Amino acid sequence: MTSVTQPLSPPYEAVIGLEVHVQIKTASKVFTRVATGYGYEPNTLTDPVVLALPGALPVMNKAALDAIIKAGLLLGCDIAPVCKWDRKNYFYPDSPKNYQISQYDMPICLGGAVEIELPGAARNVMGEHKEIPLTRIHLEEDVGKLNHGAGDSLVDYNRAGTPLMEIVSEPALRSAEEAYAYLTSLRATMIYGGISDCDMEKGQLRCDANISIRPVGQAALGTKVELKNLNSISYVRDGIAHEIKRQIGVVERGGVIAQETRDFDGMTGTSQSLRSKEEAHDYRYFPDPDLMPVQVDAAWKDRLRAECPELPFLKQRRFLADYQLPYTLTSVLVWDRALADYFEEAVKLAGVAKAQTIGNWIVNDLLRELGTAKIALVAAKIRPAHLVALVGLVDSGAVLANAAKEIFVEMFATGDQPQAIAERRGLKSAPTDRGELEQWCRDAIAGNPKAAAEFKAGKESAINAFKGPVMKASKGKANPKLVDETLRRLLAAS
Amino acid sequence: MSQPTQLNIDHVANLARLALTPEEKATFAAQLGSVLHHIEQLVRVDVSGVEPTAHAFPVVNVWAEDVAGPALPVAEALRNAPAQRDHMIVVPKVVE
Amino acid sequence: MSSELFHQPITALAAALEAGTLSAVELTGAVIARTKAVEPAVHAFNSHDEAGALAQAAASDARRAAGQGRGALEGIPIGLKDVIAVAGQPLTASSRMLANFVSPYDATVTMRLKQAGAVLWGRLNCDEFAMGSSTENSAFGPASNPWDVTRVPGGSSGGSAAAVAAGEAIATLGSDTGGSIRQPAALCGVVGLKPSYGLVSRFGLVAYASSLDQIGPFARTVEDAAMVLGAIAGHDERDSTSFRAEIPDYRAELRARRGPWKLGIPREYFGDGLDPAIGAAVEKAIAHYRGLGCEIREVSLPHTQYCLDTYYIIATAEASSNLARYDGIRYGHRAQGARDIVDLYFKSRAEGFGAEVKRRIILGTYVLSSGYYDAYYLRAQKVRTLIRQDFLNAYREVDALITPTSPIPAFKLGEKSDPLAMYLCDIYTIGVNLAGLPALSVPCGFTGDRLPIGLQLIGQPFREADLLAIAQAYERDHDWKTQYPAL
Ligand SMILES: [Mg+2]
Ligand SMILES: [Zn+2]
Repeated sequence: MTSVTQPLSPPYEAVIGLEVHVQIKTASKVFTRVATGYGYEPNTLTDPVVLALPGALPVMNKAALDAIIKAGLLLGCDIAPVCKWDRKNYFYPDSPKNYQISQYDMPICLGGAVEIELPGAARNVMGEHKEIPLTRIHLEEDVGKLNHGAGDSLVDYNRAGTPLMEIVSEPALRSAEEAYAYLTSLRATMIYGGISDCDMEKGQLRCDANISIRPVGQAALGTKVELKNLNSISYVRDGIAHEIKRQIGVVERGGVIAQETRDFDGMTGTSQSLRSKEEAHDYRYFPDPDLMPVQVDAAWKDRLRAECPELPFLKQRRFLADYQLPYTLTSVLVWDRALADYFEEAVKLAGVAKAQTIGNWIVNDLLRELGTAKIALVAAKIRPAHLVALVGLVDSGAVLANAAKEIFVEMFATGDQPQAIAERRGLKSAPTDRGELEQWCRDAIAGNPKAAAEFKAGKESAINAFKGPVMKASKGKANPKLVDETLRRLLAAS
Repeated sequence: MSQPTQLNIDHVANLARLALTPEEKATFAAQLGSVLHHIEQLVRVDVSGVEPTAHAFPVVNVWAEDVAGPALPVAEALRNAPAQRDHMIVVPKVVE
Repeated sequence: MSSELFHQPITALAAALEAGTLSAVELTGAVIARTKAVEPAVHAFNSHDEAGALAQAAASDARRAAGQGRGALEGIPIGLKDVIAVAGQPLTASSRMLANFVSPYDATVTMRLKQAGAVLWGRLNCDEFAMGSSTENSAFGPASNPWDVTRVPGGSSGGSAAAVAAGEAIATLGSDTGGSIRQPAALCGVVGLKPSYGLVSRFGLVAYASSLDQIGPFARTVEDAAMVLGAIAGHDERDSTSFRAEIPDYRAELRARRGPWKLGIPREYFGDGLDPAIGAAVEKAIAHYRGLGCEIREVSLPHTQYCLDTYYIIATAEASSNLARYDGIRYGHRAQGARDIVDLYFKSRAEGFGAEVKRRIILGTYVLSSGYYDAYYLRAQKVRTLIRQDFLNAYREVDALITPTSPIPAFKLGEKSDPLAMYLCDIYTIGVNLAGLPALSVPCGFTGDRLPIGLQLIGQPFREADLLAIAQAYERDHDWKTQYPAL
């Protein structure tokens, strides 16, 4: 609560830098050829190198290098022509060698940026876009896993040696929202590039945040606090928001921010100090004599550049321009590469004019069915051609909108062609027997000479007076287009 | 270049996770002092513009293709473990 | 010439085995019997498995009988320094830390010896983690010099050298980081070869200083050393520092390469501190080469005086990191009653490591610690470049260099208590490791009190064939190899 005696605090701004670790999707580990994997029996994915047995030596994994260079290209980094491997020395039971092979002063990727979009004024309005600059990306090895028991801890080295990218941003983020947007965009980029699945539950993407606050307008940075264990994207937002509030609180109570590392508990939404920077490490980095340097030439980069996909925001701009889609549709379509490809395949078959109709089917109906069936798009029986065929039936008037919805559901379940389903289920608009329809129309016109006269006199809307009775006679099954045509033909003839 | 007297044996032993007895500290400090004193003469070498040698015969891009090979059987992986439970290595409770 | 089986060279034994006048079981039996007889005095081994060796020998005889002999070393008992992994056998590095460690895998050299048909015999004593020049740093007690058991065999591969000298193995493997093959070879009167860095895989070698370590053979003759080298040399994709070099048939090349050669005498290697008897023996060897028509030239390696310091910075820095894995967590000695995980590290390492290892870990940790990296490690790596350059410059004039291997002959056990004095034993051998060059020690005489003297020949990168030929040209005309210690 505020009172008049309390001085008004200056507006503060937060300065946030993120350190994101992303596991690279490879078959074998980064410095030895035993398999990588998640959820295996403890210590079944080890070998002499992973366990750091006496005499074991590391050998680089080519695929891990390809992946990080690709990531660098996707994010617009400069790829170092030469980079080397360094040992980061520190003792911890999850680190078998008690040093981590990493990159210290010569990382493989420098600079670059992550494009983010902030929430718009409304759901259907595009928000502001920003480029968050990166400091560097380097390759290193993951550590094992500690399982904490009552009186002791148990170590499982299955994860140790998994290739890990460390993506370090500049302190250029200003809010929890921006951090959230940054991770969302970065995650999509990695998934698009096939670099990682970024499943945070499986620890494939992990995030630490460096947070400080300062009065708006002040150039100097405040004391930064490192926030650890932000192990879901929403925890990142909550944790950072909480930390900013905490720091402002401390300052407003006249306290000073201590440089420390804090642990955020997403469950309770609280954080606690892990260690103060006084016990900062001395990692004794030096070049790993067991490994040779990496030299990246233009040909290598070109080969990987050719494999780089179009990123979500570029795709979105293209969808908006080329297909005239509403923003809300694009914002759903582009974040899932498979969904976007599905959409474009369908539009190729149906023509650009049908883009929005197809977009609506995908975003409303297809996603709903995938959700209830809990399956991925690739597993869906319904292919773009099915969807295009259905849209065609609706346009020709062969099926009505509400019937089409039913057909879609069955099409999703069976993978049958819409035509077949419509016939099987009697969902085609009827009657096709023009004789019967013509009779109903004649009766309707005969039954309302006044409207017939008005129509002939030029009152367009008068025609609607006959449609009700015809629909009634057809029990709502008559095809409105056909009814309209027939009425006009008969009225003109009469 | 630093003076050997700057060898803070407690700090260094802590980094190296080595418990040293007072006797060891005393002897090591003295012995390493003379070794470091000997090493001091390296200042005299003119190394301006000289590239460091990390490997006698450096080559680049030594790697293997990403093909997963066999793992050590758990029994082999843990055969030398001082303490194990549920196929995992037991260590004193780790706080952080 | 001794008629004892265990004193014969591989060349003679291989011929007898091939001719069927000798079986691998007989030969291995003789070596085992000899070991039992002299081991109490020599202590060249940390452990050995007689039944296992005899089983390998029987398998070798069976292969040969079936016409499926494997290679040049079929049936030959070869000992391995206790820093080289053999699946299912102890791997202690002569350290309390690994007293009970059993390797679950084979080193690459181990696999190659098996492929060559060798009978792997025993785990040879050495300085703890190969740190030392006398084998006195072994946690399991020092090895002795077969020529005088009150003296050291040298080190760190002292057990490997002593075993060959005493006839406890026909040949052995050791490792050389600053002279650990050549210096004990010299002190024990056998041939010891340190290959070019990268010629022999380090996979499965307990790492001391990764950028300097190399595995190499000890043998009775140069030709034997050539045969063992041929079996273990060659590229290995499991060692990223392994070099893709042509591997000739070293034994055949001995006959092909007859010289004469241009040989360089680095003046810096004949300064004060060199034992006169050794100096004289080396001068005689040089004279012999001159007599063979070789052109002898004095050359200079101006940065020689900095080798020792450069070595102790680089080697201990790498060692401090390489030995961090010995923490009592996954394997090795774990202290009892530790308060917490950090206390467990402190106590396990304090109890598991000996004094010299602790000393080098402290020094290496210090030179890498915050604020000192540039002044020590980086500077040492630059001086290393200059030292390497010295050798390459010399090789523009000469094919190889001749020096003493060790400034002094075998010294008394317990004689050298000061580490620095001990480090000075390696002044003639360390430069070779820093430059990554091949070098060997071949016997070239005895001192007044019949202690062996070694001649060091330093060759050009990956030109081991020439180096061996040059050594054999001297060995051929001398009978040092047919003299044996009276045990
Ligand atoms: Mg980091
Ligand atoms: Zn990291």
